[in-house]
Amino acid sequence: FLPLNLFEQFQRIANAYFLFLLILQLIPQISSLPWFTTVVPLVLVLAVSGVKDAIDDFNRHKSDNHVNNRPVQVLINGMLKDEKWMNIQVGDIIKLENNNFVTADLLLLSSSEPHSLVYIETAELDGETNLKVKQALTVTAELGEDLQKLTDFNGEVKCEAPNNKLDNFTGTLALRGEKYALDNEKMLLRGCTIRNTEWCFGLVIYAGPDTKLMQNSGRTTFKRTSIDRLMNVLVLMIFAFLALMCLILAIGNGIWESDKGYNFQVYLPWAEDVTSAPLSAFLMFWSYVIILNTVVPISLYVSVEIIRLGNSFYIDWDRKMYYPLNDTPAQARTTTLNEELGQIKYIFSDKTGTLTQNIMCFNKCSINGKSYGMLPINTEKVDFSYNQLADPKFAFYDHSLVEAVKLNDVPTHRFFRLLSLCHTVMPEEKKEGNLVYQAQSPDEGALVTAARNFGFVFRARTPETITVVEMGETKIYKLLAILDFNNVRKRMSVIVRSPEGDLTLYCKGADTILYELLHSSCESLKEETTEHLNEFAGEGLRTLVVAYKNLDEEYFQDWIKRHHEASTALEGREDKLSEIYEEIEKDLMLLGATAIEDKLQDGVPQTIETLAKASIKIWVLTGDKQETAMNIGYSCNLLYDDMADVFVIEGSTSEDVLNELRKKMKPDSFLDSDEINIQIEKSSKNPKLLPDEQANGVYGLVINGHSLAYALEGNLELELVRTACMCKVVICCRVTPLQKAQVVELVKKYKKAVTLAIGDGANDVSMIKTAHIGVGISGQEGMQAVLSSDFSFAQFRYLQRLLLVHGRWSYIRMCKFLKYFFYKNFAFTLVHFWYGFFSGFSAQTVYDQWFITLYNLAYTSLPVLGMSLFDQDVDDRWSLLFPQLYVPGQENLYFNKTVFIKCMLQGIYSSLILFFIPYGAMYNTMRSDGKAIADYQSFALMAQTCLLIVVSVQIGLDTSYWTVVNQFFIWGSLSVYFAITFTMYSDGMYLILPASFPFVGTARNTLSQPNVWLAIFLSIALCVLPVVGFRFLKALLRPTASDKVRRNFKAKKRPPPPSPKRRLRRTSTRRSGYAFSHQHGFGALIMSGRNMRPKSPFVYPSKDFGLSILPCALSGFSSSPKAVSCSWGKRSRGSKTSIQYP
Amino acid sequence: GGGAVKTRKPDNTAFKQQRLPAWQPILTAGTVLPAFFIIGLIFIPIGIGIFVTSNNIREYEIDYTGIEPSSPCNKCLNVSWDSTPPCTCTINFTLEHSFESNVFMYYGLSNFYQNHRRYVKSRDDSQLNGDNSSLLNPSKECEPYRTNEDKPIAPCGAIANSMFNDTLELYHVENDTRTAITLIKKGIAWWTDKNVKFRNPTGDGNNLTALFQGTTKPVNWPKPVYMLDSEPDNNGFINEDFIVWMRTAALPTFRKLYRLIERKSNLQPTLQAGKYSLDITYNYPVHSFDGRKRMILSTISWMGGKNPFLGIAYITVGSICFFLGVVLLIIHHKYGNRNTSADIPN
Repeated sequence: FLPLNLFEQFQRIANAYFLFLLILQLIPQISSLPWFTTVVPLVLVLAVSGVKDAIDDFNRHKSDNHVNNRPVQVLINGMLKDEKWMNIQVGDIIKLENNNFVTADLLLLSSSEPHSLVYIETAELDGETNLKVKQALTVTAELGEDLQKLTDFNGEVKCEAPNNKLDNFTGTLALRGEKYALDNEKMLLRGCTIRNTEWCFGLVIYAGPDTKLMQNSGRTTFKRTSIDRLMNVLVLMIFAFLALMCLILAIGNGIWESDKGYNFQVYLPWAEDVTSAPLSAFLMFWSYVIILNTVVPISLYVSVEIIRLGNSFYIDWDRKMYYPLNDTPAQARTTTLNEELGQIKYIFSDKTGTLTQNIMCFNKCSINGKSYGMLPINTEKVDFSYNQLADPKFAFYDHSLVEAVKLNDVPTHRFFRLLSLCHTVMPEEKKEGNLVYQAQSPDEGALVTAARNFGFVFRARTPETITVVEMGETKIYKLLAILDFNNVRKRMSVIVRSPEGDLTLYCKGADTILYELLHSSCESLKEETTEHLNEFAGEGLRTLVVAYKNLDEEYFQDWIKRHHEASTALEGREDKLSEIYEEIEKDLMLLGATAIEDKLQDGVPQTIETLAKASIKIWVLTGDKQETAMNIGYSCNLLYDDMADVFVIEGSTSEDVLNELRKKMKPDSFLDSDEINIQIEKSSKNPKLLPDEQANGVYGLVINGHSLAYALEGNLELELVRTACMCKVVICCRVTPLQKAQVVELVKKYKKAVTLAIGDGANDVSMIKTAHIGVGISGQEGMQAVLSSDFSFAQFRYLQRLLLVHGRWSYIRMCKFLKYFFYKNFAFTLVHFWYGFFSGFSAQTVYDQWFITLYNLAYTSLPVLGMSLFDQDVDDRWSLLFPQLYVPGQENLYFNKTVFIKCMLQGIYSSLILFFIPYGAMYNTMRSDGKAIADYQSFALMAQTCLLIVVSVQIGLDTSYWTVVNQFFIWGSLSVYFAITFTMYSDGMYLILPASFPFVGTARNTLSQPNVWLAIFLSIALCVLPVVGFRFLKALLRPTASDKVRRNFKAKKRPPPPSPKRRLRRTSTRRSGYAFSHQHGFGALIMSGRNMRPKSPFVYPSKDFGLSILPCALSGFSSSPKAVSCSWGKRSRGSKTSIQYP
Repeated sequence: GGGAVKTRKPDNTAFKQQRLPAWQPILTAGTVLPAFFIIGLIFIPIGIGIFVTSNNIREYEIDYTGIEPSSPCNKCLNVSWDSTPPCTCTINFTLEHSFESNVFMYYGLSNFYQNHRRYVKSRDDSQLNGDNSSLLNPSKECEPYRTNEDKPIAPCGAIANSMFNDTLELYHVENDTRTAITLIKKGIAWWTDKNVKFRNPTGDGNNLTALFQGTTKPVNWPKPVYMLDSEPDNNGFINEDFIVWMRTAALPTFRKLYRLIERKSNLQPTLQAGKYSLDITYNYPVHSFDGRKRMILSTISWMGGKNPFLGIAYITVGSICFFLGVVLLIIHHKYGNRNTSADIPN
């Protein structure tokens, strides 16, 4: 490790540079400083970064091991053995059990469920939480659980090369001479979770980095902060400056040597090999490189690392980012990006699990014109103990609804009966009374659960019946038809026959649709319900309207016949079916409405409001559907009704759409005279940075994945970015993980802004890795997001603290540090430059060589570290209260090239003072005892003492938060300086090593002189007073927000109490009726009985409904499959399958 | 169970939560303006004090290089190290004012780069400290003045080799009679240099000649180091003229203390106003590199020699401070209230 680490460290340019310096110093003709001045710092620096690397390495190994060592059962030689994840190979057959993570991309062979179905949750992949169904081939399904058969399974799989398309897979399985087509229906992708399925067997097709998940996760790039990049540029600038100075001095030396030095040879002959002035000048150039190298001090990089590490620890330690419920503290996983947190301009957020808790909650309802459900303030939860089958987690706060149920109110009963019958939920009752619902969408689950708690317990279903326990009484309804959901209908219905023999159609759906289908007698009820719906929608709840209709036996028989015909029709089946559905779904009787809350995480709207005030733009990127995304957008305050407009881009978009949008937002941006257009014209080739544009109002943009795919493809990119960045909020829905990354990449490419991506699932990994800073929400299932993130914590709301408090402080501290650091080294080093003009350009140092060694290391390192670890201009409460304090970071105001030039000028000014004041004070004068004072050693001591006191006062001036530690460091450093100086200049040290400590007695003799101290005070005054005056004037005439807050802070001492939380209310009437997923429901599956246990008495002939259940996720981007051809021979592992990628 | 549940909740310490008590000074008018005024008010009197003190110091300087043809020392201008007999010249001068207190006599050199890097390091401190092995085997830093004719040079190095060796003598001229003024040659070096840094080699007996056995004199020197002075406590490496020379100057123009003139009685000034003559044994060539040699007579105050710079600098800085204070006060009055009352935009 050690030699390897050393080698790696010397690959860093800075370290290599210092090694080079060291070599220079070993050349006697050049060496202007003894070797230890470079070696001591270099060794220290290498040691510190070596230790840090070692710790990092160790931690990384630990977390990698955690994933790699997860066990999975692999079939080896006819036996199941536990293997580690990392040992899985292509061709292995593995067994997965319920709630397992899928290890690799698998071909599903068989499962415990009928028809070898497997239910999976793909939340990690695309953020959707509804269950999806996969089905194995019939040939492989026969294998069942028979290990012997599985071992003997000998097939050949041909499939495409590994790619990143989540929704697409093509391949063939050759088995016993026959070929079977393979598609995505048979694939279990890594990142999914097995649900509701006892076990299943799968054949590994892609493993490790070839899996679709990993292919989607983008490249891992080493992230550097913008300050890092700026620092590198500055270091190069400093190098150039250094070279310039050395050149000037070398030329000076050439002239001096030929003019004066040549004649001065009577007393000082030229060095042995030096025969001419130019040669001497050449050598002197390198000598000055050695002396002036301290403008780029080696300790810079180490100090920066230490500061970042310290500030990372603060994040880990912050109790206000600790989430007690799952015992998760915030974690800074990358310790090199802290100051970037103070510069975020764009946040890309996932929705599910990040903004929302992914919990649906039956919150309110309106039954027969009466609204139920109150806010949970000071009311107790309704007691459902009368119902033994109630779900204990369900909470409802309106007691009157229970009363209504208990009083056998007919509409109320009918309402809940409907909820318990009209759905496609699958019940699971492993233990008596312990019901678990598997819903395709969480909304449906919430509705059925609500009905269950109010006493209408949906308990079991067969393809023909639904068993409901109504107020303790078991009733079996005959299920006659499911009129399933689809995107156009936006409603679903069931037709059931009650045990009493009544035929009823129950329907639920979006209000806009259902209102058209109501019977005319419902007019007044419709008005009342509409009022309630508006109220619900105003609170950001998702609403559904429910209605019923009693059917006439004769009519129904006729209808079901025609329905059967339609469903078996060969042509236009879909159209015919929907026609027939429409026919029966009319003249409905309105029952009421439900309101479901998609529960946001705590504090999300407030956080978003705060972040928006800090002029951070928030983009939501979600794999979820548009309505859901927009609804969440409204409920967490991203979108609001005061916005000038919210654009929705759907379908295949074209340039016109974007152009149109921009015309509205900023009409003059199409004129040729618009400066941005001119700018784009000018730099048409290179990727250009777009300046910020101001729209003429507040706009929101909603774009879906399809359109995004088009936009990302071609020249539209630029237009998209221009338009999107003018909007306050952008919501992208139905995007694939890779598209998320592309969007982030897009903004990174065209905007000079720092981006942050936050998400919780594997589908967010790519964008987390792409963004400048990735934040993972931890504490949920699945760790991929956290593992690839830079920072992680448990709740979205901690983001504001991370950015506005920690990020801001880190940024300010880093900037202050860099400003001061460059200043102190310029002031320190340039004194040599001036001295060159008085010492024959001979690379004579001004200071004692020990002082040069220790200046950065011992005398000035701790005070500035103290400042950059403790400084806070305003405390956390004020930072959160005034988010606009964050803006300077985004604008990069505290440290940029201008600021650097200012530091440099200040450094140059100080160095002039520090050289010429001692010069003036010593020139042709004497000590108070008449002896000469102008000797080199006294001058050196005087100059270095002046310097150290001046930079100490300067750090005092820069420190705005004086803790005990700061005091201790500053005073301590000064005392240490005097202590070390007196020690090194003492008789004892000299007598031990006369050659190393020649300054014996200088401290005693010089520091007792009054004019030395007079010069020191004069230097301090001259160096510091202009800075004080300038800062005072700046605070007076152009106060920054921080200045103002601090002034107020002084005055008031306490921040005002936080304003009481406003309940976010929307006046809008837009509502969403989306209690469904965006796809066909499970209806067909249920009616087919395919997913029923074999115990079910009826097995319907399997109709060819086609299990088109997978999401049609979009893939507009074209990625040409590479013609990779690789084939595996038979594995010794036992599986005899070979897999070929053409 | 009695054991506390181990949580990962961070500790609630002021340090970890960044709530350390702190003093948060800010630059307000209440602190900055008084600071400027006070500094101004302190600096101006100090400056005046220094300036007056410096002006009260008597100083007299003679350039005796002999560049001008009229100068008595012009004949010695191209003297070399080993000219025999040595060139001598006499310069007459008149002191307008008497020098009341102790007078210090300096020689000054200009355009002499004692601070050149190669010059500064061309010495062996161990040798000068009396280390016997270094005496016979001087450090490499002394090159090319390390050995001469295979014998180690003591003291080695360019500094020692170029030691100033003019002899200056001062006479008071009254009615054409020259009275020699007593010049004290001890007490001109730092105590630490004389007693710690410089030591003669040790060995049996105190015979310096024997102790320096096996070494040779520096190339330019007319006589070896153990013959610099007749008094044993001012001979060899601890000769004070030598020590003073070895303390290299920081700047190419410098003065070094040469002799002390003590005040003899309280009634008479040390040097009365009148005519004086300076006898120079001109051994030290500086003309080849445009060097200048000076002789300086000076009295001393509590803050050292004459130095108008500090006084003027203090007065200037103090005045600027005061002036800036006034300017800032006006600006503060004009613009200050406008901004302090402004609230932070929400």
